[in-house]
Amino acid sequence: MGTSVVHLARLRLFLFIILFSSIIGQAAFGAENDWLITKPPLINKLYDTPNDHGKSIKIEWLSAEYDSAFIPEGYIIQRADSPQGPFDSIGFVPIVNNLYTDYEDVINKKDYYYRVAVTGTDITSPVEGPVQASGQWFHTGKTTTFVFSVVFCAMAIAILIFARRGVQFYIRPIGGINAIDDAIGRATEMGKPILFVPGLGTASDVATIAAFTIMERVAKKTAEYQSRVIVPCYYPETMIVAQEVVKSAFMDAGRPDMFNSKNIFYVTTDQFPYTAAVNGIMLRDKPATNFFLGKFYAESLVLAETGFEAGAIQIAGTDEPIQIPFFVAACDYTLIGEELYAASAYLSRDPMRLGTLKAQDWGKAILVVILVLGIVTASVFGSDFFIRMLDVNVN
Amino acid sequence: MGTAELLWNGLAALLTLFIFSFLYRDNVFYKFAERLVAGVSAGYWTILLYHTSFTDKVIVPIFEQQHYWYIIPSILGIMMWTRFSRKWAWLSRISLAFYIGIATGVALPIAMYASIYRQLQASMVSISLDWAGINSALVTIGLLCSLAYFYFSKEHDGWFGGISRVGIYTLMIGFGAGFGLTVMGRISLLIDRVLFLKDYVLTLFGA
Repeated sequence: MGTSVVHLARLRLFLFIILFSSIIGQAAFGAENDWLITKPPLINKLYDTPNDHGKSIKIEWLSAEYDSAFIPEGYIIQRADSPQGPFDSIGFVPIVNNLYTDYEDVINKKDYYYRVAVTGTDITSPVEGPVQASGQWFHTGKTTTFVFSVVFCAMAIAILIFARRGVQFYIRPIGGINAIDDAIGRATEMGKPILFVPGLGTASDVATIAAFTIMERVAKKTAEYQSRVIVPCYYPETMIVAQEVVKSAFMDAGRPDMFNSKNIFYVTTDQFPYTAAVNGIMLRDKPATNFFLGKFYAESLVLAETGFEAGAIQIAGTDEPIQIPFFVAACDYTLIGEELYAASAYLSRDPMRLGTLKAQDWGKAILVVILVLGIVTASVFGSDFFIRMLDVNVN
Repeated sequence: MGTAELLWNGLAALLTLFIFSFLYRDNVFYKFAERLVAGVSAGYWTILLYHTSFTDKVIVPIFEQQHYWYIIPSILGIMMWTRFSRKWAWLSRISLAFYIGIATGVALPIAMYASIYRQLQASMVSISLDWAGINSALVTIGLLCSLAYFYFSKEHDGWFGGISRVGIYTLMIGFGAGFGLTVMGRISLLIDRVLFLKDYVLTLFGA
C-alpha cells in the first residue's frame, strides 16, 4: 500500500515535469506553438497616413485566432522593399491592438510590403503591398477652419475697402480706453514715469500683440507730454518688439531724441522673479500710472496689489479669464477679454484694424446663429449635425 | 535632517521671511531677496537657453549631424544681433516678422479649435423640460448675453443694452467664482510655506 502511494506520487511528479517542460519549450521555440494559432492575422487595410507630410504608413489587420492554452504577447510588424523579402521587424504591437503606424525611416513615393507576425510562433499574415507614403497639401480635417478663415478674411477685406472709401463704422465706447489719456496726463503732471507691463506672453501671443498696439498709443502720448515710459519685458523677443514700437511712436510724435532704449529692458523669463523685479520698480520708481496689458497668470494680483499700494492709477487688460477678477478687484479700469483686442482699433481708427474688429463682430454673429441652430436641432430633432460640423482634427 | 540639508533649508526659511517682510514695507531684506531671485533666474535662463537653443539647435545639427538647412534659422537668429548696430538694426525686423508670422499661423488653427469649435460643441446641448434642461437653458442664456456684451458694433442701450447687462452680470458671477477658487489655492500655498517654516523651527530645536 505504502509502495503504491509512493509510485503514484512519482508518476504525478513525472507528468508535472513533462507539462512544465512542454510549456517552457513552447515559449522558447516558436514553431512549437504554430498549431495553437487557429487563424493567422490578415492585413485588411494598408494605406498612406492621411493629412500629413508623408513619411508614414498605417497598417490595420484582422486579429489572429488562437487556442486558449496559448496567448501570444503581440504582433511584430515586418516590412520589406519587395514581396519576396527580406522582411525586417520594425515594430511591436500588444495582442489587443490591431493598428500600427510605421514611422521607421519611411521614404515618400517608395514601394513597401508588409506582413504581421505573431510573437512566439512562425505564423505570419500574407504579404500585403505595395504601398507608398506621400504628403498632402490640404489637411481635410481642417476644412472647417479653412472655411471660417476664408469667410473671416473676406469680411475683413470687404470692410477695409469700405472704410478706405470713407464709410464710417460705429464702435461702442470702451471704459478703460477712454481713461488712458487721462492717466498719461496725470503722470506728466506729477512728473513721474509710466509703467507699461506687456505681460508674460510671447511676442506672437494675440494678447501681447494687442498690448503692443496700445503701447504705441501710450508711448506717442508720453513723447508728446515729454514723460518717461518704462517697459520691463519677460521675453527678449518681446523686448525687441517693444523697443521698435516705442521708438516708432516717439518718431511719429516728432521726438526721436527722447527715445531711450534702456527704458525698455529684459528682466527674466521666470514668473515670480519677474514679478518681484516689477514690484521693485513700482515701489522705487513710483510710477504714477501702471498699465498691465497682455497675457497674465498667477502674478496678476501681486502686481496689481503692489501698484495699488504704491498709489498708482492702474489700467489692466488680459484675455486670461481666471486673472480678470484680480484686475477688476485691484485696478481702476479693466479691459475684459476681447475688449483688449478691440482697444487698438478703437484708439487708432485705422481702417485695417477697424475692418478686423468689424469682421470679428460679424464672425461672432455667425457663430451665435450656428450655436442657436445647433441647440434647436439638438433639442427638437435630436440631431448632432452642427456638432459634427465643428469636428476638427488639429494634429 | 543632515547638516547640509539643515543649512539649505535655513537659507530657504530666511529668504521666505525676507519676502514676507514686504508685508510690513519695502526694506533692505526684501530688496536683497528680490534681486537675488531675479539675478539667479536671469543667469539660469541664460545658461538654459544656451544649451537648449544654441547647442541643441545650432551646434549639434550643423556641425555634428551635418543638417545644413539649420543654417537658415541660424542666420535669422544672427540677424537679431544686428540691433547693436544703428546701420544694420533694420535686419532684425525680418527675423521678428518671420517669428511672429510663423508662431501666429501655427497657433491659429489650435486657437480656433480650443476657443471656438470645442466651446460651441460643448454649448450645443439639448434643452429638455426637466431640471437639467433648465440648467442648460440658463447656461445658454448667460452665454448668449455674454457674447452680446462683446459685440462692439452696436451701442449698448435699449433692449440690446439690457441683454449685454445680463451678459456682464453673468461674467461677474463667473469671475467671482474664479476669484474665490484662486484665493483658496493661494491660501493653500501660504499654509504650505508656514508649515515649512514651522517644521524647520521644530527641527532646529530638536522637537
